[in-house]
Amino acid sequence: MIIRANTMDQETPPAAPAISTWLAQLGKRRETALFVVLIALVACTGIARPQFLNLQNLRDVLLNVAIVGLLTAGMTVVMLMRHIDLSIGSVVGVSAYGVGCLYVAFPHLPVPVALMAAVAIGLAAGSINGALVAIGRVPSLVATLSTLYIFRGADYAWVNGGQINASSLPDAFSKLATGTAFGIPTLVLIAVLVLACLGVYLKSFRGGREHYAIGSNPEAARLAGIHVERRVMVGFLISGAIAGLAGGLWLARFGTVDASTAKGIELQVVAAAVVGSVAINGGAGTILGATLGALVLGVINIALVVLQISPFWQQAIQGALIVAAVTTDTLLARSLAKRMMRKRDHG
Amino acid sequence: MVDIVPAVTARKHTAHLTWEVLLTVILAGSLALGRLLSSVFLQTDNLSNILLDITEISLMALPMTFIIVTGEIDLSVASVLGASSALMGVLWHMGLPMPLVMVLVVVGGAMAGALNGWLVVRLELPSLAVTIGTLALFRGIAYVLLGDQAVADFPASYTAFGMNTLGATFIPQPFAIVIVGAALFGIVLHATPFGRSLYAIGANSSAARFSGIDVGKAKLRLFVLSGLVSAIAGIIFTLRFTSARGDNGEGFELAVIAAVLFGGVSIFGGRGSLYGVLLSLLIVGVLRNALTLVDVSSETLTIVTGLLLLSSVLIPNLVAGWRARRDKRLVAARR
Repeated sequence: MIIRANTMDQETPPAAPAISTWLAQLGKRRETALFVVLIALVACTGIARPQFLNLQNLRDVLLNVAIVGLLTAGMTVVMLMRHIDLSIGSVVGVSAYGVGCLYVAFPHLPVPVALMAAVAIGLAAGSINGALVAIGRVPSLVATLSTLYIFRGADYAWVNGGQINASSLPDAFSKLATGTAFGIPTLVLIAVLVLACLGVYLKSFRGGREHYAIGSNPEAARLAGIHVERRVMVGFLISGAIAGLAGGLWLARFGTVDASTAKGIELQVVAAAVVGSVAINGGAGTILGATLGALVLGVINIALVVLQISPFWQQAIQGALIVAAVTTDTLLARSLAKRMMRKRDHG
Repeated sequence: MVDIVPAVTARKHTAHLTWEVLLTVILAGSLALGRLLSSVFLQTDNLSNILLDITEISLMALPMTFIIVTGEIDLSVASVLGASSALMGVLWHMGLPMPLVMVLVVVGGAMAGALNGWLVVRLELPSLAVTIGTLALFRGIAYVLLGDQAVADFPASYTAFGMNTLGATFIPQPFAIVIVGAALFGIVLHATPFGRSLYAIGANSSAARFSGIDVGKAKLRLFVLSGLVSAIAGIIFTLRFTSARGDNGEGFELAVIAAVLFGGVSIFGGRGSLYGVLLSLLIVGVLRNALTLVDVSSETLTIVTGLLLLSSVLIPNLVAGWRARRDKRLVAARR
């Protein structure tokens, strides 16, 4: 599955100087670059601490990254349109607690029904965000910052100091995280399936391409006959549904859920998307890149633990990485644009 | 430039006056609600508490207003507060005298702001992305500096500053800094060429550049200022709670931005006044205090913050939309 950003996707002139060609190639194949970084990270950590490369550890990495990766994919769809969804952390919290409550009330609920309920909670939240942005014309940063507060506050009022424990969950549900198929945790398989569907949607479907068009130039998209409002609404619905699903999976993975579940995860998710080369100004980015971004951040976090570096360094390193990723991405895109302008001017 | 700037903002000013009038009414209403809900609400101790609770957020909201007026944003303010607090603890434990510690912390904050400004201005990166990164970076530095430790042995002569009031009034001493700061920032924003140029930058950055405003330099100054003021907020927070910790002020950035936006400053830049922001800070402080007095948990109270923020943008938008539809109907009827 090679998916590339739709912008700046031109062949480079063969006569260009070697270094800038290389830079341009790197800029165009950011997924490749990220993949190399990921392999290098795993390899270096593996050489320094051979016990890092055991199956249990890798499974843990995948389980940790699956939920953040899912959320990052949802965020990508929104960020492609120059919007942002800061409310996802609160939606995950509400959905995780909601599904937990369902299991307390109906202990024998089938797992698919529980996950569908999680998605439904997410869809409801997403429709509020989407309506505020598309119909109320509230800037997405303001709208989703507000709903971040409102959903989390509602969660606190609902939970009221209580919590859901793993003992109230049936085995079949917990199996989502502990059970495996072909040696891969079921939870990871669900995440991969959703990511693949989203990737194909963004790459090959008219609706998916419209997300890119809106982010590249909203006015041009409107003039080209795209229903911008409808597409923005769909984007927030996707992001909300994924956050809801992630809430259900969170409950399966951790078993214990209280009102502060997933608090602050939105910044981690934006960080993963930015590291994964999703442009904060819209129009560029892929699900593959976003997932690789989440994987890189997830592997770094576990590598720090394995290398016995103080966990207090984790956040500083993550922050430095985000700044570095934004800087290189923007500078690369700019030099690429400059080269294309030159190419156009000089034939 | 002097001719253009007032022309740009003159018409918008009238629209803003109404928002500030509305805010004043809401503030009066919140005070009345507080009095209704609890008999202790209007006691001087409680009024002191209201002001004390919004001290740091108010301080950080001052430079944030400037930054959002130019159309940028700084999400890293609370992390600078935390890093400053941690740095203060570390330097104090190294045995430096308190005044020197404070100077070094403020310089550190200014440097953090300069990093933001350099990335946004020189490298022309989007400030939203940059400051999400430095939000994590500066908070990370705070943890690296102090881990999960706390430094609490600050001299009593300094920590008393956080508890005493100004003379016989109910105004807490830390809030005096907010009052002085608000006056300074208000004069700069509304009565100096520099302040007016910020509106021009926010309204149309390239037009501002062509009319001779050094946009980059202005923005760089604002980010440095934001870091510096956040460091001061960090010092006050540390002294007030007698505790330097890496996680001090976590999440404050959203409260600061919410207060600025609810105060009528447009997220797109070019509009808003410091007066509105001050009113909005007071409203948030009063409402939170009043509801806390009737035992609403502080986490549930975030619903109020969210609703206020949302309504500050949604209601004007809906009114504008309704007016546009009405005008269209009128025009159609006249034909």
